[in-house]
Amino acid sequence: MTTVVRPGLNASSPAAVPAGHRRRRRAGHWRPRNVGQWVVLGACTLLLVYFAFPVYVIISTALKGPGATGGSLGLPESIDMSGFRLAWGQLKGNLWNSVQIAVPATIISCFLGALNGFVLAKTPFRGAKLLFILMMVGMFIPFQAVIIPLFIFLKTLGLQGTLVGIIAVHVIYGLPFATLIMRNYYVTIPDGIVEAATVDGCGLISTFFRVMLPLSIPGFVVAGIFQFTNIWNDFLFGLIVTSQATWPVTVRLNNLLGDTSVDYGTLMAGALMVAAPTVLVYIGLGRYFIGGLTSGSVK
Amino acid sequence: MAPSIVLTFVFVYGFIGFSGFISLSQWKRPTRQDLTLRSPFGETYVEMFKEQRFQADMRNVVVFTVLFLILTVAGGLVMALLVHHLVIAKGLFRTVFLLPYALSFIVTGVAFRWIFNPSSGINVWLGDLGIDNPPKWSTDTTVAFAISHPSGDGFWQIDLGIPLALLPIIIAAAWQLSGFAMAMYLAGLAGIPAEELEASSMDGASWFQQLRHIILPQLWPVTVTCLILLLHTSLKIFDLVVAMSGSGPGFVTDVPGIYVYDMMGRANRYDKGTAAAIVLLLTACVFVVPYLIRVYRKEGKSA
Repeated sequence: MTTVVRPGLNASSPAAVPAGHRRRRRAGHWRPRNVGQWVVLGACTLLLVYFAFPVYVIISTALKGPGATGGSLGLPESIDMSGFRLAWGQLKGNLWNSVQIAVPATIISCFLGALNGFVLAKTPFRGAKLLFILMMVGMFIPFQAVIIPLFIFLKTLGLQGTLVGIIAVHVIYGLPFATLIMRNYYVTIPDGIVEAATVDGCGLISTFFRVMLPLSIPGFVVAGIFQFTNIWNDFLFGLIVTSQATWPVTVRLNNLLGDTSVDYGTLMAGALMVAAPTVLVYIGLGRYFIGGLTSGSVK
Repeated sequence: MAPSIVLTFVFVYGFIGFSGFISLSQWKRPTRQDLTLRSPFGETYVEMFKEQRFQADMRNVVVFTVLFLILTVAGGLVMALLVHHLVIAKGLFRTVFLLPYALSFIVTGVAFRWIFNPSSGINVWLGDLGIDNPPKWSTDTTVAFAISHPSGDGFWQIDLGIPLALLPIIIAAAWQLSGFAMAMYLAGLAGIPAEELEASSMDGASWFQQLRHIILPQLWPVTVTCLILLLHTSLKIFDLVVAMSGSGPGFVTDVPGIYVYDMMGRANRYDKGTAAAIVLLLTACVFVVPYLIRVYRKEGKSA
């Protein structure tokens, strides 16, 4: 791959696909026309069934309700929503914890990532690239390598088990990724804009706040989606850094698994609740998601 | 920006250093801090590598990583080639294939635990089909293709082979992440110049020749990126295994991620927990650092 792909280009490419698609439609190729195309469509449909199957299992088991036994994967005979009520009762406090963790941590890490990305992309100083690479390593480490010192550190500060503690942890370890996305985004913004601001007498800081931030919305959307998804789906930090009162919902859902009094109907309803926010973000902002995925990876 | 960079460096490099130091010290119980070096030097690592559980963990993470990478990257490539050649509903297929990527490993784990539950899920269907001894899935203790068996006082305390119990977890992980590989490959495919493909088909190249000589070589950098990113996921795997099976009977599904967690909590062995984490980190670094340096060099050239 050619070094780092730019989010600007990628954000436009998913839009380009439907455009090309429309062109083909207009030309009348709106359905497969030869054997090869039918084979491709058939294979994709089989894959679709495979990929949708676990999702179907979650939904159908959830709809069977807590009374469902026998463990069959078939369709529910009647719809019973009481599993959702039970799951909501078990999880609502933790869902709220997750919101309280993921929203501020996403906003703060994206903002700091923008600041870092701006400096790395627009002010070439000695060692900027080395610094960037050293930061990227922070993205690639297995977090197990820091978890014990982190636990000791937060305990010493009295932050272990608090929401502030886990938010800080997500901000710090989310920063490399946010920086990467924002840096790659700022690389696509012409240097002329920064130079013009400097000529007009803007310092580095005021250039960032007055000129760059208003231009950063597309970068923020991509970085925000990924930070939110990663933080919401986190389990390891949530397990170690929080206490029972501040458990994020992923930890609570996993605990329900070990609870013999909780049946799979309720569990699946709970799984749907845990999955809903990130799936909604993915469906709503899918094209940024795909664009960011390919731009966010160092190549 | 300086404070946040300093913070990241302390929290990443400082803490790694601290982990390394704990792993060489005598600090076991969390409440009884003892940072005097253990002697002989590095004895904790020796002790750990001789342990049956840690040997099983290393075997499992290697088997898991190899099979998971093959399945996910090959699956992603096939899916990308198919979706790329679709003439209708491209967006729909792409969206559904990538959807699992937005899920938490815990959610995936809950779903697949049910699907591969020995007494429910697909075993009910297998039973309906008349199969009397359906697979035990994640509770199976069979180690297939074992090349060594534990022999009392030898170094190896485990069967070196492929624990069958890992297969459902590998399938679940591949289900979640092959859409990610597909998205990467789709971006790569979009970057292959159409003229090159047209020119080769004018020269009479078949689709397979094009794939072999034009498409696959140009997708190689995407493959490397996917392998590195997925390797990182697979080495630190924790939540999916915890949700699907835990350590399993005889540690057949235990992984270093769970080992670190148990050593830090239940087992009261900070030294062993950090030692396992350092082994994990070094393994990741062997692959990730050369990759990042290569990217850095390339960037340096193009800038």
